[in-house]
Amino acid sequence: MIQVEQLSKYYGARAAIRNLSFRIDSGEVVGFLGLNGAGKTTTLRVLGCVLLPTAGTVRLDGQDLLTAPRQLKARIGFLPELPPLYEEMGVGEYLSFVAGLRSVPRERIAARVAETEERTGLRELDGERISTLSHGFRQRVGVAQALVHGPDLLLLDEPANGLDPVQNVEMRALIRSLRGDHTVVVSSHILPEIAQTCDRLLVVRDGELVAQGSEAELEERLGVGAGVELEVGGPVDAVAAALRRVPGVRAVSVQPAPGGRALLRVEAPDALRPALAQAALVAGAQLFRLDVSADRLESLFLKLAGRGATA
Amino acid sequence: MNAVLLIARRELRGYLRTMTGWIIAAVLLLIDGLLFNAFALEGSRRSTEVLTRFFYFASGPTMVAAIFLAMRLLAEERQLGTLPLLYASPVRDRDIVLGKFLGALVFLSGLTLATVYMPLLILVHGHISVGHLLAGYLGLLLLGSASLALGTLGSSLARTQVVAAILGAAVLVSLLVAWLLASVTEPPFSSLFASLALHNAHFPPFQSGQVRLRDVVYYLLVTWVALFATTRVLEARRWR
Repeated sequence: MIQVEQLSKYYGARAAIRNLSFRIDSGEVVGFLGLNGAGKTTTLRVLGCVLLPTAGTVRLDGQDLLTAPRQLKARIGFLPELPPLYEEMGVGEYLSFVAGLRSVPRERIAARVAETEERTGLRELDGERISTLSHGFRQRVGVAQALVHGPDLLLLDEPANGLDPVQNVEMRALIRSLRGDHTVVVSSHILPEIAQTCDRLLVVRDGELVAQGSEAELEERLGVGAGVELEVGGPVDAVAAALRRVPGVRAVSVQPAPGGRALLRVEAPDALRPALAQAALVAGAQLFRLDVSADRLESLFLKLAGRGATA
Repeated sequence: MNAVLLIARRELRGYLRTMTGWIIAAVLLLIDGLLFNAFALEGSRRSTEVLTRFFYFASGPTMVAAIFLAMRLLAEERQLGTLPLLYASPVRDRDIVLGKFLGALVFLSGLTLATVYMPLLILVHGHISVGHLLAGYLGLLLLGSASLALGTLGSSLARTQVVAAILGAAVLVSLLVAWLLASVTEPPFSSLFASLALHNAHFPPFQSGQVRLRDVVYYLLVTWVALFATTRVLEARRWR
């Protein structure tokens, strides 16, 4: 779908991105991960035809984005970091304007706007002025404008920026719902956020691509100990012993937790979670929580994107 | 709908839905009315002379209003972060510039034509030709168009609307005072500067009811050059 080769962008003498090369296949949901200033926004701006690169090529289904930008722009939807909203317009009016701008035939605009509002949960707000919307809804309108013309490629720059936890969950669900209909590139500096949404991660650091692959592949490659946490009550020692017997478990550590419970940290792949739950329950545990270890994601992120780290 | 018209329509609605547009409209009409009352109607004059003075005094506020209307066109887009929406759309940079300029020009034309009640008062109470009236308004619209285009150029160069207004006004004043340079330079520069003067060299014929092709071409050329330069500024921004 999209092929990026040796892409570089300099702001004066400073390189924002250097020799980026990657490929994204049709229908994939890809996460663009990096710290602030790593080059994510610049890359998405180049892919979205907002900026021209200093060097390198971007091809969309074999067509060069630099030589045939107008035809290709109609196939791309772009949400910048700051949603590009005209405050004085109503939601529906704004989306109709954007649809017209993106070459949607006039007779199809109303249907496209209604469909997009339905999908992004904005139907009730069709007549609302954008200036009166909350941050979360403004972000949704931003996603809606990127979607309204039915693009093949959707570029979302930090779509969960500044959202509260509930809005964050809704935004993740929205992005997941786009899988299959669109090829999606989402940028973020929060690994757990995009790890749950994306099929594959592209990690940039100081303008260079330092790693790519699924979360599991990256863990494997970087030697980050896979980990699952269980918060249990009941016969803790028996439960720990049962967990150690599950094939694939490398180690189990036990820590006391509030309320007479215990926190068991299990070194094991994510895929073993159902087996771990079953083993714990069979051993008589009261299972309060079972989750991927937060430490593990943090450690993976620091290894991938942290300054001075090596991938 | 054509992208130029789509952008122009949004821009026009932007003026009509924000205080800025209405404030500029109110101030322009107030100043035009005051100047007409205080200076154009001053003393006993022939109707034609009153009309000529009306157009003369209306030209200044028109230029100022054009700069204030133009300041938001692109600087506001940069301020609010909406420029990427236009850049990422399948629209040429020249369509963006033209659409924005046309939206502002329609608004400015509406304001200019809203002053028509003053010449109509002269028409009712005196003897003026409709040709004089049309020529004067054509001159005001052409002068407004050129000023608006210069303001649009200023707006493309600035990050804030205040700086945009200052830059637009600076370019406009440079062209206004070109006749001063003409008076202190030798030919052929003196005649070049004299012919470049935005008001002195090209507006007086319109205000006295004459339409000369060279004046029309001059204003259209200033408009085109300024809009062309604005388009180039937008294109250059993609490289930065």
